[in-house]
Amino acid sequence: MEKIVLPDIKDLHLIDVYIQNGGYTALKKAFSQTPDDIIDQVKKSGLRGRGGAAFFAGLKWSFMPKTSSKPKYLCINGDESEPGSFKDRQILEFNPHQLIEGTLIEAYAIQANAAYIYIRGEYHKWIKLLEKALADAYEYGFVGDKMKEKLGGNYSVNIYVHKGAGAYICGEESALMNSIEGKRGYPRVKPPFPAQNGLWGCPTTINNVETVANVPPIINKGWEWFSKIGEPKHPGTILYGLSGHVNNPGIYELPSGTLLTDLIYKYGGGVPGNKKILCVIPGGSSMPPLRGEQIEGIKMDAESLKAAGTSIGTAGIIVMDEDTDLVQVLARIAKFYYHESCGQCTPCREGTGWMLKLLNRIAKGEGSTHDLDLLISVASNIEGNTICALGEAAAWPVRFMITRFRDYFETCVSREVTIPVANKVHSLRHTEYPLAPIKD
Amino acid sequence: MEFTFTPENLNRINEVISHYPEKRPAVMGVLYIAQEQNGWISYEVMKEVAYVLDMKEEEILGIVSFYTMYHEKPVGKFHLQVCTNVSCMLRGGYKIYDHVKEKLGIENGGVTEDKLFSLEEVECMGSCGTAPMIAVNEDYFENLNIQQIDQIIESLKNK
Repeated sequence: MEKIVLPDIKDLHLIDVYIQNGGYTALKKAFSQTPDDIIDQVKKSGLRGRGGAAFFAGLKWSFMPKTSSKPKYLCINGDESEPGSFKDRQILEFNPHQLIEGTLIEAYAIQANAAYIYIRGEYHKWIKLLEKALADAYEYGFVGDKMKEKLGGNYSVNIYVHKGAGAYICGEESALMNSIEGKRGYPRVKPPFPAQNGLWGCPTTINNVETVANVPPIINKGWEWFSKIGEPKHPGTILYGLSGHVNNPGIYELPSGTLLTDLIYKYGGGVPGNKKILCVIPGGSSMPPLRGEQIEGIKMDAESLKAAGTSIGTAGIIVMDEDTDLVQVLARIAKFYYHESCGQCTPCREGTGWMLKLLNRIAKGEGSTHDLDLLISVASNIEGNTICALGEAAAWPVRFMITRFRDYFETCVSREVTIPVANKVHSLRHTEYPLAPIKD
Repeated sequence: MEFTFTPENLNRINEVISHYPEKRPAVMGVLYIAQEQNGWISYEVMKEVAYVLDMKEEEILGIVSFYTMYHEKPVGKFHLQVCTNVSCMLRGGYKIYDHVKEKLGIENGGVTEDKLFSLEEVECMGSCGTAPMIAVNEDYFENLNIQQIDQIIESLKNK
């Protein structure tokens, strides 16, 4: 199987090796075509965003206004903070020039005046690696003023690396823009969307690191080639991240639609001690978890996972064996979202704290069945009532974990109402807990 | 204590500012430079950053308090960050965290008396495939067990 983003080529991070292997030829090819041609090819390729929402990349680019009195900007999202997700750092370490080349092609396609690559602050090492690669690309004339001379044509652009400082929320596109602007990373109300009103109020497009790294091969080998890889509705390869209870955790680049069981058993080497699987989160900690007995036959792509009642997210697969304490796991996930809530919206700011307190109470053995209902109620009241998707990210694991593992959680709580406040659940509107459809 | 940027750092600051159409976006980069020079972000540092970037002091405080990587109090020479988020937790992250706490005799956010070590329980660092992990200042140590933690701490003591 061919690898597109992380090919097995030694020292590919060095610019000379990258060029020897056909690097920066896609950029030259792109410059001989019109920006609209490039957008058209990316559209036809069916490339979908790899940052969580799986939105069509070409369509997103086409939202950018063709004429604008203001400058246009491109942001590349390398904030990568979703627990279970660790793919972008592999690109920064092993194939940074493909990211730079993809950024340049996208910048040309949307006619951006500058491009910012936002990398999470904890990735000091990987930021240095990217900056080294970028400095080399500048020296060779692929970026900046020398572009016109090197590549012909009339377009040139600068790429800057912006270092984050430890805030999960900055992976949300509008929070990321605020962060680049030197503000607190608060998400913005949408609409207006970034293509109308983005960085400094100017038209802006934001794409994930992995999405952009897919662009040079699409330009070089053609959209038809790309569209035939993996599942037709979500083509290409995906950098699957395997973590938790597997023998060989790591990043595996495989075609979209690879079976979840193949990833765990064939590539991940199965579960240590041959234990049974209790739970799998297929797309990073915010995505609805699946029961172990449910995963047979499930394909890893956006459409198949949607049909299975979950979502691809960042394709960070977290595997938990039969001895895992799910209450502790869920309490830890809840703690994360409580810590990372930016505090703008009351349902999320307060709700994440309530969910954490309730889960800690259950973890201490003081929970009752009513607490489970209360958790679902709190989660349901966060969902859809916040500015950004962190509300859903915090609510989904709680609501879906408890509904899908109700039998498990029932054994962890008392049937008696031990704490008086729990009586109040009688007044809550959520008495049943059907699996709500997952929103796009 | 008075704080002013070294001339060398002022040059670096100008370079950062040149990346953006205005001065303000440089604030995150400038705060990193300030933290590198001073070790942590004190009130005097915020005042100086505000002066250099034509911003208000309270705006700088707003940034510093929002982002977790700016230290609002002094940290040890070696700032140990242990991830206990889900992927690390499943592979023994809490065992590592508890061991470090016990070995150094400090709690989350604490600094040892000799000011050599400080400890922070951190959220996911992107080492899920190489869990459990700790970061020492800027460097990651991955795929750890308790013995390796002891070795790392001993080697840092002699550094």
